[in-house]
Amino acid sequence: MTCVVHARGLRYRYPGHEEALRGIDLRVEHGERVALLGPNGAGKTTLMMHLNGLMIGDGELEVAGLRVAKDTLTALRARVGVVFQDPDDQLFMPTVREDVAFGPLNMGLEREAVQHRVADALSRVRMAHVVDRAPYQLSMGERRRVAIATVLAMDPTLLVLDEPSANLDPRARRELLEVLETIDRTMLVTTHDLPLAAELCERAVILAGGRIVGDGPCHEILADDELLAAHDLELPAGFDLSAVATRSRPAVGAQHGT
Amino acid sequence: MSGLCSHALELTGLAGDPGSRVHRLDPRAKIVGLFSVTIIAVSTPLAHWPVYVCCVAVLATYAAAARVSPRAVWRRVRFILPLVLLVAVFVPFVRSGGDSWAFGPLTIHQAGLEVLGAVSAKALIGTVGAALLGATTTFPSVLRGLEAMRMPRLLVLIAAFMYRYLFVIVEEAGRMRAALVSRGYAPRNALQVGAMGRMASAMFLRTYSRGERVYHAMLARGYNGTMPQLHPLAFGRADAVFVAGVLAVTLSARIAGATA
Repeated sequence: MTCVVHARGLRYRYPGHEEALRGIDLRVEHGERVALLGPNGAGKTTLMMHLNGLMIGDGELEVAGLRVAKDTLTALRARVGVVFQDPDDQLFMPTVREDVAFGPLNMGLEREAVQHRVADALSRVRMAHVVDRAPYQLSMGERRRVAIATVLAMDPTLLVLDEPSANLDPRARRELLEVLETIDRTMLVTTHDLPLAAELCERAVILAGGRIVGDGPCHEILADDELLAAHDLELPAGFDLSAVATRSRPAVGAQHGT
Repeated sequence: MSGLCSHALELTGLAGDPGSRVHRLDPRAKIVGLFSVTIIAVSTPLAHWPVYVCCVAVLATYAAAARVSPRAVWRRVRFILPLVLLVAVFVPFVRSGGDSWAFGPLTIHQAGLEVLGAVSAKALIGTVGAALLGATTTFPSVLRGLEAMRMPRLLVLIAAFMYRYLFVIVEEAGRMRAALVSRGYAPRNALQVGAMGRMASAMFLRTYSRGERVYHAMLARGYNGTMPQLHPLAFGRADAVFVAGVLAVTLSARIAGATA
């Protein structure tokens, strides 16, 4: 089985700035859930934008079996679902139904199939009851879950989440986590919320200064206080890592990558 | 600010019975029907005032069929109508002709009063027509109707995004204003309003970068330049009957008035 993400020597420089990615080598296998950690400005968002071709850097990058290049973008974007940090950016249609239908319709599916996907995606994030509401009538937690439904409706191979727990109150965060636990997809989650990473992901990758500086089982990485401190990361005071159930096995049963 | 926001939300929402036959009409039928009522009223001179009565009767029937209460209509027109009428109020004092009556330094002319009467009637019919369209058709449906009627897609897209992000931007402006006020900003003269200007430019930049992020989010879900439609509009028999009925009543009144 090929892997979902395979980057070799990936580099990217914003015009007029220093390099944001300085040679990323990363493999993510099918079914893995990987937390992408790192301080602000480490290159997390830049890397995320590469995964569905919103940015195209130097080096080699294969995602979901496709080489990322201009001619593969349409197919690539159907296979990679990106959930952006601010749901108000993601939900741009007047109603939830139209928003969730936007991706599948762009993929050229029949309207009946699209209706089916909308209902299915919304029920998977427990949001079926808001289908005819407008996004601004929803709470932040509800918007976030609808935003996840908008990409689930495209049935992606890889789900990329940017700071999924940002701006959520504890209860909305708990509900989001419960929803994410049930989603059987390869996931890449960029976050500062280390407890979320510990609960959701079995593997953690630390990005700093455009390079990968740590990669391993999530619990080992998060237990390495020195490594975390060196990159401005820390668990909340009093957080007991050992009390979190370990997610050791990938959802689909593929092997760990390194 | 949130009060303003929720009020604006209420005004853009539906009123009356959302399951009524009027609400279920194709948006194109409602746009054409109500717009033609306005056109006919606007094209009618005051001398043929029964046409105005006919237009009002059509609108009243429309409202009754959709179960939109007069109060709901009033809530929607009370902000726009005074603005429209503000200009017309001065006409009786400046337009001379016919009889005139002096009130101290001011003189009211009959010709001016006639213009005021005609403008008021036309403004009332036009705004009530628009308010009824808004009360019986959601804004997205109006946009889809306009798009189906060959309105340039770019304009429809701009209106759709304005509708979606208006409240986001108003809330953002509210937060920025709160931040200014909580740091003691209370302008006492014109020189101190510079901070508002900087706030406006910050708003512009934020909105601009949001536009870019939204565009990225659209691309990420396969946007290729055209907005896909989930439900194609269907112009059925009820829609044709509605448009024909409205046109028959108002046009015949207009023609009868002109030939009388």
